Amino acid sequence: MVEENIPDEQSEEDKTKFLFIMKKSPHGSTYPQEGLEVILIMAAYDQTINVLFTDDGVFCLKKGQDTKGIKVKDFSATFKVLEQYGIEHMYVDRQSLEDRGLKESDLLTGVELVDSEEMREFIREQDVILPF
Amino acid sequence: MLFTVNKSPFITGNLKSCLRYVAKCCPILLYEDGVYGAVAGSTVEPMVKEAMKNVTIYALKEDVNARGLNNLIEGIKLVDYDGFVDLVAEHNVCPWI
Amino acid sequence: MGAIDVAGKSIEVDEDGYLLNLGDWSKDAAEVLAKGEGIPLTEAHWEVVNFLRDYYDEYKIAPMIRILTKEIGKKLGKEKGNTKYLYELYPGGPAKQACKIAGLPKPTGCV
Repeated sequence: MVEENIPDEQSEEDKTKFLFIMKKSPHGSTYPQEGLEVILIMAAYDQTINVLFTDDGVFCLKKGQDTKGIKVKDFSATFKVLEQYGIEHMYVDRQSLEDRGLKESDLLTGVELVDSEEMREFIREQDVILPF
Repeated sequence: MLFTVNKSPFITGNLKSCLRYVAKCCPILLYEDGVYGAVAGSTVEPMVKEAMKNVTIYALKEDVNARGLNNLIEGIKLVDYDGFVDLVAEHNVCPWI
Repeated sequence: MGAIDVAGKSIEVDEDGYLLNLGDWSKDAAEVLAKGEGIPLTEAHWEVVNFLRDYYDEYKIAPMIRILTKEIGKKLGKEKGNTKYLYELYPGGPAKQACKIAGLPKPTGCV
């Protein structure tokens, strides 16, 4: 329980840069759900956290998922809290989206479409990469 | 023979190779992540459409809904779990896993 | 594992007393859960419980304490969006106790 030991403010440069890379489809394995839980836990430590959705990971953000029929929790709703939790950006790989017949309007709000060329340098700048 | 595919066509080549092996009269059932092969406008749509000239492709409704897929290739037939059971009862099954 | 008695009906709870099935929650269940925590439910307590239920409905998780105070401040007013106010209502920890009374699972992000 992180009830009281909220750490002192760190300057931006002192913070560790984390990038979560979500590459897997939402209901084909438990990876995305576990990744999301790790993101939420990490958010308690006030570091710099970004998330990149690429490959089948873009399906995690598809609007209108109704999981009643397969009897699992619809955790896609939980991606909407990331902004509240202080996650900097939710990047979505444009090419992955297009390859899968999806448009930005198919996705939950609050995401930013990016090209892999833009991400190349960004990935290199990270301190820790966590793939899910 | 009913062919079943349950993996995403963007991650494995299962759907592609299944379409090479399937005989003209055999239906294909997409379930679990296999249903992503039924999405309209994707890179696998041309291959799926070509196959649909000869075979019937089903997608499991519960899996389609769980993934929020509302824009499917025209002609894909949705079946629910009961329909899945009927298909399996009617055919020998070749699981393309 | 255990169970609580709500208006003559037995409802299952986990080893820490959280409801196993969200659907089992009712206002009566909340009263029983609150009693177990030694908390008399006032209007102010209900406000937090209802906030948590709405939050869970939208996001499918219970917020951790830092987010809870921030979001309560936004929704119910600044004077309520702080740990002091929430600890006065729920001395055993607002996230922990209020979530239990609201029938939600333990908050995600607890370490």
